[in-house]
Amino acid sequence: MKQWRFWFVEHRGTLMALVIFVVMFLIYASNHPAGFGANMVQTASNKGVLLAFVAMAQSLVVITSGIDLSVGMVFTLTNCLASWLVVGSPAQVILGIIAVLAVGAVCGAINGCVVIYGRLQPIVATIATGAIYYGIALALRPFPGGTVNETIADALTGKLFNFIPASLVAMIAIVFVVWVPFSRSVAGRAAYAVGSSETAAYMSGVPIKRAKFFAYTLSGLLAGTGGLFLTFFTYTGEAAYASGNAYTLFSIASVVLGGVSLMGGKGSAIGAIFGALAFRTIGDLLFVFDFDPLWQPLFQGVVLLLAVSLSAFGLLRVRNRLDWFT
Amino acid sequence: MVSQKKFCGAILVYNGDGAALVEIKPILRMAGVSKRYGGVRALEKADLEVRPGRIHAILGENGAGKSTLIKIMAGVVAPDHGKMLLDDTEVSFSSPAAANKAGIVCIFQELSLIPDLSVADNIVISDPPTRLGLIDRKQQRKIAEQALARAGAEDIHPLSLVKDLPLSRRQMVEIAKALARKPRILILDEATSALTVADVTKIFGVLKRLRNEGLALLYISHRMHEIAELADECTVFRNGHKVETYKAGNKTDTQVVELMIGREYKNVFPPKAERKTLENAPVLQTKGLTWTDRLKDISLTARAGEIVGLGGLDGQGQRELLLALFGVLRRCSGDILINGKKVIINSPVAAKADRIGMALVPEDRKTEGLMLPMTVRDNLSFAALRRITNSGIVNRAKEQKLIDEMIALLAIKTASADIPVGSLSGGNQQKVVIAKWLMNQPRIILLNDPTRGIDVGTKQELYVLLRKLAYDGAAILFYSTDYDELIGCCDRVLVLYDGKIHRELKGAEITEHTLIASALNVETDRVSHP
Repeated sequence: MKQWRFWFVEHRGTLMALVIFVVMFLIYASNHPAGFGANMVQTASNKGVLLAFVAMAQSLVVITSGIDLSVGMVFTLTNCLASWLVVGSPAQVILGIIAVLAVGAVCGAINGCVVIYGRLQPIVATIATGAIYYGIALALRPFPGGTVNETIADALTGKLFNFIPASLVAMIAIVFVVWVPFSRSVAGRAAYAVGSSETAAYMSGVPIKRAKFFAYTLSGLLAGTGGLFLTFFTYTGEAAYASGNAYTLFSIASVVLGGVSLMGGKGSAIGAIFGALAFRTIGDLLFVFDFDPLWQPLFQGVVLLLAVSLSAFGLLRVRNRLDWFT
Repeated sequence: MVSQKKFCGAILVYNGDGAALVEIKPILRMAGVSKRYGGVRALEKADLEVRPGRIHAILGENGAGKSTLIKIMAGVVAPDHGKMLLDDTEVSFSSPAAANKAGIVCIFQELSLIPDLSVADNIVISDPPTRLGLIDRKQQRKIAEQALARAGAEDIHPLSLVKDLPLSRRQMVEIAKALARKPRILILDEATSALTVADVTKIFGVLKRLRNEGLALLYISHRMHEIAELADECTVFRNGHKVETYKAGNKTDTQVVELMIGREYKNVFPPKAERKTLENAPVLQTKGLTWTDRLKDISLTARAGEIVGLGGLDGQGQRELLLALFGVLRRCSGDILINGKKVIINSPVAAKADRIGMALVPEDRKTEGLMLPMTVRDNLSFAALRRITNSGIVNRAKEQKLIDEMIALLAIKTASADIPVGSLSGGNQQKVVIAKWLMNQPRIILLNDPTRGIDVGTKQELYVLLRKLAYDGAAILFYSTDYDELIGCCDRVLVLYDGKIHRELKGAEITEHTLIASALNVETDRVSHP
């Protein structure tokens, strides 16, 4: 086999998600009343990146064959925290941002420690920690409110050179700062190994604990970044339970749509990003076709099912039925 | 020619064959090592000396303590008592990684490869080359290519995913991976059990070269002729005790086996079927069975009372043939006939149904044969639930009766039917897989290398059992990678080559010589025989 074939096999899930997103986005853009333009892309980007951050967060944990049901709550908690801290002088704002991201990372690290040292099932552990994070968020913001430094908020949600959406640039920057080094590091390789076969990883002397710790901590950091951006978009903090849970569930849908295997060991955060953007576009499609918003959940569900079954098409070609189970 | 060489502080004198004449100082010494699992004594005051430049074979039945001994050396389990001395310093390893650091690398029977990662990723997994903190992919590929070449497996592409490779290739990757860690002591636990003859030959060359480079090798295998070819010295274990260490070549095979099983060893293989059985009407027949490029125009027959062997090099379509018969492969062309009637089998459910009555003992008992965490009882019942249920409810009394019968028939050693099947030894696990199907009273039994990694005693029991099943009227299709088995067990052997039945051997024609010759697709007289 040639080199590119191996590359293609490795990135098939990600490419699939990219194609799904591009197709849906083109349908959306070509039917948009205002047409394809910088403003439309900016709005779409601002809506998309929030879920993209949370989906990236989810993908890191899913790669280790865990699942993080607290991402939405970390997202909510950091939103509430940012509405207190990211205010005042430029120095205070920077310190505030650092503090918010640090809290996100700490939340992730706590999840990691509970899973690694408590040896609890990730699904249960993160339901519990998620509830705790939400409790803290509620204590911080019993009622919606607070503010955020508008200069930085507008800068990060506006357009660069009147053309490129700043939020998209910020997300790409985060990909390069967080995901790219992680995926090429020993810890990242180990995360895939753990997800694929934890026994084999252990027997091969792979640093399992380090892999999980990094995956969960970076997951918290990414969810925290999402929470920070939410604050930039809304200028307020709100301990919204339903929205937090919705983000958790949508992040799982995005990850699957993005070609990350829930069995672990396969996929990438980039795929999760495209998955999230595609998922968001489903909602936008309703808007351009003038559907009653009441239909949105139903429609989203149907499109999600269709999109996920696209990746199952390969199963039709399977000629050894045992391949269905691997 | 005699040469001298200084090594590890000892003077070695080599004769012309490269075998050392003078005692060498051991690198690793285990003294009085004991280990218990719950109430079971796995190892009792075991001693072992491992010397550089030697291949040391460890022999014993499953449950003799070999695995525990190795696991202690490799840092997987900690001993309860006793000492382990590496270069005269006492050591204890907290993890496999710690043992690797000390230069002890083990190739385990259960493969330790990560299925979703590439071959290159796997080879460097424990210590990937890095540049600026990130993994250096170019360097990694170079290391992988070198390691694969050292293991004689240049045909494996370093970028292919491990899960896409067949078992025999994976085992070669496993060996390459071990070599990439530059071990001082290399332990091979049944490392050749899934390899093809050609690979085994290559690996033996590699192992001998490593020995001459001064590595200490520990070799665990149930294949006597491999040990005879490789080992310099041998140690036999039985019931957790070390029985004896001896120089290779000082004992006959029979003596060795008797040391292992602690009793006299004779009549390994039961007598074969009477000639008239071979005139029975065929129970199973295929005509022109074809699937992708792996099976080409397979036409065969199997009669009641007959054991038909499938031979040939590994990966010539034997596994696919069994899977095709069992309804696992899609879009096969050609016909399958049961008792002369054409049938369509499109799933294992259909294959095991009464009108066909097929059973398949699969390649990998741990993933395809058993639900390891579930009990012996549950595992035994799965295939035959229909027989023990009344309107969908399991009849416990009926189930118990059948299970008791099976445990007795196959002499399955288990403390109770209600313990997880994963806690049994390998041989007993395999017995459960077979018993599970016997519960369903199959008329056609397909066996995919059923004795892989099983001890001599259990193997012998299985041979007797198979013959009994055949005598009771079953038709048996038996794929084995072990030529001795094909010779000893089978009434006929179909040798496959490149997806086709290349040759059919009957009765006295079935010899090691003809099997190897037809497996390699060469004329019989052109094979040079030692």
